Amino acid sequence: MTLAQLNLSIVGPEIVVSVMACVILIVDLYCKSPRRAGPIYPLALITLMAGAVLSFGQWDQPSALALNGLVIGDPVAAILKAATCLGVAGVLLYSRDYAQARGLWRGEYLVLALFGAVGMMTMIGANHLLTIYVGLELLALCLYAMIGMQRDSVRAAEAAMKYFILGALASGVLLYGMSLLYGLTGSLALPAISAASASLTLDSLPLLVAIALIVAGLLFKLGAVPFHMWVPDVYDGSATATTLYLSAVPKLAAFAILLRLLGVGLGDWLTAWQDMLAVAAVLSIALGNIIAIAQRNIKRMLAYSTISHMGFLLLGFLGGNVHGYSAALSYVVIYATVTLGAFGIILVLSDSEFESDTLDDFKGLNQRHPWLAFLMLIVMFSLAGIPPTAGFFAKLLVLQSALESGFVGTVVFAVLLAVVGAFYYLRVVKLMYFDSLDDTVTSPEGEPGPTPRRSFLWVLSANILLLLGITPWVGSLVDWLSTALNDFGPI
Amino acid sequence: MSWFDQHLLSLVIWFPVLGGILVLSTGSDRNAPVARRLALGIAITSFILSLPLWTRFRLDTAAMQFVERQPWIDRFNVHYHLGIDGIAMPLVLLTTFLTVIVVIAGWQVIRERVAQYFASFLIMEGLMIGVFCSLDGVLFYLFWEAMLIPMFLIVGVWGGPNRVYAAIKFFLYTLLGSLLMLVALLYLYNATGGSFNILTFAQLPLDGPTQLMVFLAFFAAFAVKVPMVPVHTWLPDAHVEAPTGGSVILAAITLKMGAYGFLRLAIPIAPDAAHQLAPLVIALSLVAVIYIALVALVQQDMKKLIAYSSISHMGFVTLGFFIFDTRAMEGALVQMISHGFVSGALFLCVGVLYDRLHSREIASYGGVVKVMPVFSFFLVFFAMANAGLPGTSGFVGEFLVILGTFSVNGWYAALAAVTLVVGAAYTLWMVKRVAFGPVTSPAVAQLQDLSGRETLMLLMVAAGVLALGLWPLPLLDVMHASVDNLLAHAAVSKL
Repeated sequence: MTLAQLNLSIVGPEIVVSVMACVILIVDLYCKSPRRAGPIYPLALITLMAGAVLSFGQWDQPSALALNGLVIGDPVAAILKAATCLGVAGVLLYSRDYAQARGLWRGEYLVLALFGAVGMMTMIGANHLLTIYVGLELLALCLYAMIGMQRDSVRAAEAAMKYFILGALASGVLLYGMSLLYGLTGSLALPAISAASASLTLDSLPLLVAIALIVAGLLFKLGAVPFHMWVPDVYDGSATATTLYLSAVPKLAAFAILLRLLGVGLGDWLTAWQDMLAVAAVLSIALGNIIAIAQRNIKRMLAYSTISHMGFLLLGFLGGNVHGYSAALSYVVIYATVTLGAFGIILVLSDSEFESDTLDDFKGLNQRHPWLAFLMLIVMFSLAGIPPTAGFFAKLLVLQSALESGFVGTVVFAVLLAVVGAFYYLRVVKLMYFDSLDDTVTSPEGEPGPTPRRSFLWVLSANILLLLGITPWVGSLVDWLSTALNDFGPI
Repeated sequence: MSWFDQHLLSLVIWFPVLGGILVLSTGSDRNAPVARRLALGIAITSFILSLPLWTRFRLDTAAMQFVERQPWIDRFNVHYHLGIDGIAMPLVLLTTFLTVIVVIAGWQVIRERVAQYFASFLIMEGLMIGVFCSLDGVLFYLFWEAMLIPMFLIVGVWGGPNRVYAAIKFFLYTLLGSLLMLVALLYLYNATGGSFNILTFAQLPLDGPTQLMVFLAFFAAFAVKVPMVPVHTWLPDAHVEAPTGGSVILAAITLKMGAYGFLRLAIPIAPDAAHQLAPLVIALSLVAVIYIALVALVQQDMKKLIAYSSISHMGFVTLGFFIFDTRAMEGALVQMISHGFVSGALFLCVGVLYDRLHSREIASYGGVVKVMPVFSFFLVFFAMANAGLPGTSGFVGEFLVILGTFSVNGWYAALAAVTLVVGAAYTLWMVKRVAFGPVTSPAVAQLQDLSGRETLMLLMVAAGVLALGLWPLPLLDVMHASVDNLLAHAAVSKL
């Protein structure tokens, strides 16, 4: 086996990011002030940019295997890896002030973020059950540690513990399913498993159990009902910077493993997992949207909103065809962009002593910061899926693909619940625009509150204005993302 | 076609939207005078820009005119596809005209967040014109829903005491119907094998049960918007709480979007279902015409009275559509335009009173004619128009609808004609209590008559009402070819 056969260029971005993460870890030792990240922050950003550029460079390459078939490089992987790197860079950019004020901004935090990015990229390029599992665990361990790093917070410790225990359980379930699948098909490589479907039919009970366990593990990682319990507590308990990290970008990787496992590995047993996903989707949309109404804390509200969005994402998978997958791909990319914007605004509004995380903190925002209120307005309408925002196009695509596959009842149910969902997004708009600032607001004296860094505001504004879907941008994005899946399949 | 013709609709849609953003950028209330003048300039310019749509309109064809078509999302075959026919063109002009009035109406009254107020109306103007011009399903839906956002803000930010409830109710009601329409549009996309073109939808053969489902989905969206009984309850709330300008736009244009939807989507796409369900729609329309008129009779609040009167008048419109008769449908279309003027003007009149006394209760007034003679003249004039006095625009529409209905079913016509009596009763009774009689309170005695600005805006609308009432022929000519074409299309079964 020569080096050329390993096809290392495909895993180039992963290699660069992980090597640089190690370098940063060493550089950190020589930094004088442990509380400030010093040169590490620019280094991390440069690393992520390099990762994004390298990944993006592969998007028009033909699909190829690397590392003896452990990893696949195809246009979807290239796009998702690039988006992951950019997303993590955005997270770091947004988190900086907030994390610095809370003593979280240390070398380790950035290194964990980078290793988490490597984990996600590994998941995205996985062509093998082991690769999926390794990537998943790498990401999960980084997340546990990042949440737990806020040592003076009881809630963060609780969140980390809950996430860790439940996450370990879900990993176990997933691993159990994978091992059963290995026993049945004799291979861990996804194309080989797919090929085994010729002889292995759904009459086999072990196969059904394996599929059920794998789907359960995946649903847990997505945070879909009935495996959603961790989502609100973890979102709420973590420092907002960490919540931003774990809410936005990992959904891209979760989409990718769903795509690899269901689209390639288990693709021919569609009938077995289709109904599971349909039920999970409907329940997620229902429960997420209904319970979100009762929340007073915006992070919890967004957590339940995430659950419902994952339900919509699953709608794209119901048909088990490339059409639906590309709809889900657009959905997840747009969702990640919106989430970045949403938490970005919460981070802007928080300052060193003040957590802007209850809904009432948004009262009268239009009077204090008209521009931020306007941005939040776009985010909320985008989450609710109201045109002309990108969120509408995302919903349009997945609903269309589900209708095409004949799930009319599911779609009608989903849109009816979307109306329920619109209520709590509207409530945020109501608080910002209709209510005026009064005595009950807990925000600190000396309005108009924190003044964010100018660069931060520019990026945030650009991030959110991208969501205005009336521009030709969304059309091109959707077109472009769907071409990425044109020749998707096992090789 | 010239370059100008091909891009005129885009210009009419996007000019006010961009202008609205410009107004928004004037920022805080310190620059309010700039924002007002800028908004007025933009509103007048967009009205002037929309005039060529009328002067260059070809009367001899039912085909879409001023068509513009660009690919937008290739993957879904979504096009940026605009075009208008004789049904849409008058509504576009109505929108641009009333936006000017609304800007004048808000001139001195709005003192908080002035730039945002005017920007909302300008952006909404563009979006509503977009609804009337879209020939692509996604584009139509996009404009249809997007205009909810500025309207939601207008009601919620500048509205009355119960504005939050009204704004959220308005939004959720409309959203519920609209999302069902979205499902129908997606279904049609799949059924046509990948096209969102509304004109293609109209040619698509569909079997009976499918047509019924599609029609009901559209019905959910449009019946809420019109609104028809029993999904009308958002309207009195929204009207009462909205600021004057918001009420005018809601009554004059937003409601017409629902009616327009029936003609552009529901009837052409599912003609058999439309015929099958016509008795139901007619029954609901007649309930609106009669029952809601009776409800209007007992209202204590002037805005609520006009809101119920709107529902009743829109019942006439849907009645005219589903009789499937040329005269009735043209009458319904005239009624749409006329109601846009008249209800808008009545809301402006209430706004004039409200600005002075901060009360909408009929009981707070009395003898207004003694202190505000010019105002009372306009009030009586528009009340007469609302009651359908010959010579005003209200008469033409109602007369044509009743005439058309009579040729199809005498009983329907007889029932519909009841409203001429009840309508006159509630409107004139309100006028009697507000304007005539002795001066009831010292507050009324101190009222100032109309300012030049208020006279100007009421005069402009009054001119429209009179012109349409005395000489409706140009309007009928514009819509004639399109209405004939639509009825011919609807008469052919798709089964």
